[in-house]
Parts: sequence; structure tokens; C-alpha cells
Amino acid sequence: MAVQVLYFASLKEALQCSGERIELPADIRSVSALRDHLIAQGREALATAKNLRVALNQEMVKMDAPLNDGDELAFFPPVTGG
Amino acid sequence: MTISIQETDFDLGAELTALRAGDARVGAMASFVGLVRDMNEGCGVSEMTLEHYPGMTEKALEAILLEAKQRWDIYATRVIHRIGPLKPCDQIVLVAVTSAHRGEAFAACEFIMDYLKTRAPFWKKEATAEGARWVDARDKDDSAAARWELKSR
Repeated sequence: MAVQVLYFASLKEALQCSGERIELPADIRSVSALRDHLIAQGREALATAKNLRVALNQEMVKMDAPLNDGDELAFFPPVTGG
Repeated sequence: MTISIQETDFDLGAELTALRAGDARVGAMASFVGLVRDMNEGCGVSEMTLEHYPGMTEKALEAILLEAKQRWDIYATRVIHRIGPLKPCDQIVLVAVTSAHRGEAFAACEFIMDYLKTRAPFWKKEATAEGARWVDARDKDDSAAARWELKSR
């Protein structure tokens, strides 16, 4: 099972990465578990970013949202448009 | 219900004229235009760059306009949001709404703008004399959006 992970704005800059495909270990089935997994792999900005937001398949969700194969997940700071 | 995400500027008069063209039901049209200021948080701003999340941006705005249509008796809606580099005095965003009466038009226009500020995935980066910085979200924007939450559901 794999998901596409995207990063935006300050998070994209901190990680120097706009997106990556992640093969999910069998025990990772939620957004928060994936976040912990990515932090453990060295993406520390996901731990230090304040008020981190997440979108699953382009809709805002909470951190406990479940993951499915082929999902598009995005991490970003609070939005500041308008 | 028309949404545009674009680098180019827009002509406010032309947009408003087009929004109500030929629709004799329209007795009121409210619009809001957001502009780039040359000062933010005590720092001079020389340029601003707007980033967004293509795909989600359009979906989020469509959902906001749909909700506005469900809540108020409005006819046409128009949103333009610019992306890319912008200078002070430039137009950033347009929200416009037509309705039979002003109350619905004003309320829907303000609602759309408040929700856009907190739900549409745009991010601003400012260039200042002390370097570039990402703009922080403001609590005031969250409380402005919270005013529209439906109490009994």
C-alpha cells in the first residue's frame, strides 16, 4: 500500500521537498501514524510546525483520519490567502 | 458560480458587469476586493508571493460557494484569486455576489470571504527589508469564520 504525500509553503521549504511517494509499513493506517513515521525518518519539520494542517484527497481532515491505498495526503501550515 | 485562480490581474468593473448581465432578477450586487498592503506586522513589504494547492483550491472554493447558495437566496457568484508574485496596491482577490436584495448579497459575500480565509489552501510569503517570511495565520480570521457556524445541527 502506498500514498502520495505533498508539502506546501513553509513546510515545503523546511523539508526541501514538495512531494514524495511513501510505501506504508503494515502498521501505519492513519494520518497521525504516518506523520510519526515520517518524523522518525528525519522529516522533523512535521514535528515542529505549529498548527500543522492536513488534507486527505484534497479535503481537510483531522490527524486520526484513516489511510487507503492511493490516497493523496498533504501537510501544510494554516492557510493565509485572501 | 465561477472560480478563477490566475496570475493575471482582473478588471473589477468588467467582472461585475458580466456577473449581472441580462439578469433582471438582480436588485443587489455586493463585492469585496482584497489588496496587497506595503506594511504588515510592523515591517515594510516590497513584494508578496502567493502559493496554492492546485486541485484542492478549486474544490474548497466550490464547496464554499455551494454552502453560500444553500444558506442565502443568491443568484450568481464570482471568485478570482491571484497567485504568483504581487506588489503593494495590487489586487489579490475578488468575491462578488448577486441577489434580489442587499441583505443576502452582503451576508453571502462576507461569508464567502471569511471561509476563503480559513479553508482555501493559499499561502502568502512576504519580501521585507529583513528578508522573506511566510505570513502567519491570524486568530481573528478563525473567529470571523466561526461566526457563521450553524448552532443547531
